[in-house]
Amino acid sequence: MISCKNVYKQFNDRPVLSGIDLDIPAGSVYGLLGPSGAGKTTLIRIITGQLDFDEGSVRVMDRDVKSLTGEDRKQFGIMMDRFGIYERLSCEDNLKIFADIYGIPHRRIAETLELVGLEDAMKKPAANLSKGMRARLCLARVFMHSPSILFLDEPTSGLDPQTMKQIHRIIRDKKKSGCTIFLTTHNMEEAYALCDTVALLNEGVIVDSGSPQEICRKYNHQKRISMHLSSGEDLEMEHGSASAERICELLRTGRVETIHSSEPTLETVFLELTGRKLEEDA
Amino acid sequence: MRNVIIIFKKQLKDTLKNKTVLIQFLLFPVMTLIMENTIRIDGMPELFFTKMFAFMYIGMAPLTATAAIISEEKEKNTLRVLTMANVRPRQYLLGIGAYVWFICMTGAGLMATGFHGMEIAVFLTVMGIGFTLSILAGACIGIYAKNQMVANSVFIPVMMVLSFAPMVALFNERIGKAARYLYTQQLRTVLDRMSFAGMKTEGICILSANALIVTLLFFTLFKRKGLE
Repeated sequence: MISCKNVYKQFNDRPVLSGIDLDIPAGSVYGLLGPSGAGKTTLIRIITGQLDFDEGSVRVMDRDVKSLTGEDRKQFGIMMDRFGIYERLSCEDNLKIFADIYGIPHRRIAETLELVGLEDAMKKPAANLSKGMRARLCLARVFMHSPSILFLDEPTSGLDPQTMKQIHRIIRDKKKSGCTIFLTTHNMEEAYALCDTVALLNEGVIVDSGSPQEICRKYNHQKRISMHLSSGEDLEMEHGSASAERICELLRTGRVETIHSSEPTLETVFLELTGRKLEEDA
Repeated sequence: MRNVIIIFKKQLKDTLKNKTVLIQFLLFPVMTLIMENTIRIDGMPELFFTKMFAFMYIGMAPLTATAAIISEEKEKNTLRVLTMANVRPRQYLLGIGAYVWFICMTGAGLMATGFHGMEIAVFLTVMGIGFTLSILAGACIGIYAKNQMVANSVFIPVMMVLSFAPMVALFNERIGKAARYLYTQQLRTVLDRMSFAGMKTEGICILSANALIVTLLFFTLFKRKGLE
């Protein structure tokens, strides 16, 4: 559905993207992880045809991105990091503008608002909405016209856990309906929970990519198991056959309160690969 | 064309809830009606307030409204959202321009209630030309400015010169000499006579030069900066 080959982009002689390669199959959720300033938004703008690139090739829906027409771009739903909502207008009027642009019947507005849990705020001016509600309104605008590709640039940045969960549910529903989703985030839990594939982007370079589980397993160098026992004691053992007997015994006698394997999180993988934290600027 | 109408409708709805812009559109027509119907001074020229407020309206409302609307949309990121939804920049500008022109002409229609017959046609033609030039100037500021604060700092002095210079020119000859190079001053002289017939070649040249300058400036800025 989306592919980039060796994409380079500079701003005033400063490289922002250096040799980006990615391939996103239809119907999957692709997560681009990286700290602020890594080049995530620039890549979205390139893939959606808003920004030219210096070298390489970008293909979307099996066509060169530069040859996409306005009608082709109507297949995109784009949510950038700033909401871009008409604050004086009601939620309904905000969506009406885009329903008219996309040629969607107005009855879809109420359906879409219901889907994001904003049916009671339909007539409310957007200025009176909380940050979480604005994010949901923005998301409603993005998928109201049933796009085949969703670009979500940090869709849950700065939102409370409850709203974050609601947005994750909406994203999962969209995936189920066959939508391809390109997501940027610096929240590793979000990436782990939602993405089929993640790419770790640092200073314009993809340092590794794969499924979140795969990546975490790949960088599991320690291979240890840690336990907290009911006696209050903490134990750490090798992840191997030598420890199996002891762990088994502890479990059998009911002395284990918690047990964890030591595979790294995406955050620690990113730290290992780049020496930077994903949320250092957040 | 559909997108132009959508932008027009969107702006109409937004303005009804935007008191700052709404006041700009209503201020001079309402003041004209009040002043013309309440103040009578012996020897005062006929429809003095209508003519005075007319060129102030030309220099103020369309310029500030256009610049404020575009710069606000840039600042709030709504303009980018519209362009991502495949609204072309020229469709957006046409929609905003048509909307501001239409609202201002409605205001001018209210101001014209004191005129009769051909005078109404002359008055509305003058206002229509003035609004078009002011909208282009406002669009230049909107395109140039990154946000509302920059737009305000540019359009306030421009608006003051365009709208007040012709009035000050009534009382100060030196300012009058400089003000005659402004389209608002040239249009004021037409309004004084209520006829295009007496317009001198110099006046036509100044008006055309003003139109050429704002048009060229608009296209140059639009080509260079787009709506980013």
